[in-house]
Amino acid sequence: MSAVRIPPVLRTATGGQKQVVAGGATVGEVLQSLVAAYPALEQQLLAPDGSLNRFVNVFLNDTDIRHLDALATPVVDRDTVVLLPAMAGG
Amino acid sequence: MTTQIETPPPRSVGPAPREAPGEARVRLACRRCGLPVALGPVYVCAACFGPLEVAYDLDSLRESIHADTIEARPPGVWRYRELLPVDPPSRGLAVGSTPLVNGTRLGAAIGIDRLWLKDDTRNPSLSFKDRPVAMAAAAVERFGMGTLACASTGNLAGATAAAAAALGIPAYVFIPADLEPAKIDHALAYGATVVPIEGTYDDVNRICLEVADETGWGFVNINLRPFYAEGSKTLAFEIAESLGWRTPDVIVAPIASGAMFTKLAKGFDELAAVGLIERRPIRLVGGQAAGCAPVATAWESGSDIVEPVRFPDTIVRSLAIGNPADGGYAVELARGSGGSIEAIPDEVTAATIRDVARLEGIFTETAGGVTVAAAAAARRRGVIGPDDEVVALLTGNGLKTPDARQFGVDPRPHRAGPGEPGLAPALPPRFGEVLAWLEQGS
Ligand SMILES: Cc1ncc(COP(=O)(O)O)c(C=O)c1O
Ligand SMILES: [Zn+2]
Repeated sequence: MSAVRIPPVLRTATGGQKQVVAGGATVGEVLQSLVAAYPALEQQLLAPDGSLNRFVNVFLNDTDIRHLDALATPVVDRDTVVLLPAMAGG
Repeated sequence: MTTQIETPPPRSVGPAPREAPGEARVRLACRRCGLPVALGPVYVCAACFGPLEVAYDLDSLRESIHADTIEARPPGVWRYRELLPVDPPSRGLAVGSTPLVNGTRLGAAIGIDRLWLKDDTRNPSLSFKDRPVAMAAAAVERFGMGTLACASTGNLAGATAAAAAALGIPAYVFIPADLEPAKIDHALAYGATVVPIEGTYDDVNRICLEVADETGWGFVNINLRPFYAEGSKTLAFEIAESLGWRTPDVIVAPIASGAMFTKLAKGFDELAAVGLIERRPIRLVGGQAAGCAPVATAWESGSDIVEPVRFPDTIVRSLAIGNPADGGYAVELARGSGGSIEAIPDEVTAATIRDVARLEGIFTETAGGVTVAAAAAARRRGVIGPDDEVVALLTGNGLKTPDARQFGVDPRPHRAGPGEPGLAPALPPRFGEVLAWLEQGS
């Protein structure tokens, strides 16, 4: 199981929890099991075709998954998946 | 000195922030799905995760806003207060009303006869970032947040630290550890706590997103981003006012996150909506450093998707954001307006910094070199025509990046002779010998 850190705007969907656990061998599978456990997250995280909402950035530990294998990036136990709004500006 | 992280004040829980009478005209709404949201230190739509943006009741402002009222007010960003998201803070810096200067000599060198330079090197902390930070500082006070903070590529550090000093509140400034020393010293001088992170700007930003949530501090470019971003519209307002309430054919601006680029367009759009200017098309040209050009690459390839750059490699640190939040919007604007987004190699940026200083007497930091070089590139590409009236934004001061202008220049010491630009040899303190040096070769 991996830990998934939930940003404040999504915490109503997780009953206020900052961090939850979700199973899966890839980042995509972890997100699928997250959405299965907390269905209210689906609309915020995923586009209708199952791809990632363009305003969500997903990090595996400290790395943006777009620099890895995107949703196919393998995940092992004790990895942390972090969901953050796409909001960068210097 | 011990720097202790204080217990955060409660965040956006509890009663909705009190609505000041002057601010009923302002609301927050999701830029993506349009959902309205109560005014507060929030930045993400709870429904769709899209960015929140400030909206105004432009129809009613049409009746109440007039050019002569604005012109009668004191200089500075607050003269456009009807189109700004918050009322002025109790104490703030004198930001804005910078000159729009005629760039005739530089224009001749790059084939643009009607070139104007918006000289934003002269804001209080020497960059345009004082504009967005003025809004964020007012919002911090308005929402009672107590600490001003930012994730910075350099110029925001100084702007945030200076605004916090003026307001009398603490500042936390997070930066990539290898930032230019002049920018670090600048923020330290104002009394900020500067936190270097051993990573890229995008690492700093990622960490600050979570720090903002933990601490409840007012991060100017995170939880106060909707307010912060509005401040850049004052560049558009001032340009229009300086030109006698009209718009140029082309605006050229640097792009890091793309926030300022998109807010320039919003600023002109709102001026037209309230009837202060006539609505005319403006081509928007952006500039990025070739070593970190995710937005220019998306524009060039015809794609809407901005692929992040993991390891930026450029002397243009102020624009080195690999994962720009408003990159997609910037591409749309450049494309939709008939503009372009140019990627400028560092040698060209350095040479352009020297040209702007030598030909116009304005010493700009790296972003200004990128911008003027982007104007020249767009001119060569034909996006800018010979008769176009063009405004290029010089958004930061060269004293912040003192070494950059020498990038790519032969490092061997060279002593200038009389009549030659450069550093002359040190001369003895005797008139006769100085005169002899001046007269050699003549
Ligand atoms: C001098 C200068 N110009 C332009 C920009 C670009 O700002 P934006 O992130 O709004 O695109 C920055 C950002 O740090 C900057 O420091
Ligand atoms: Zn939304």
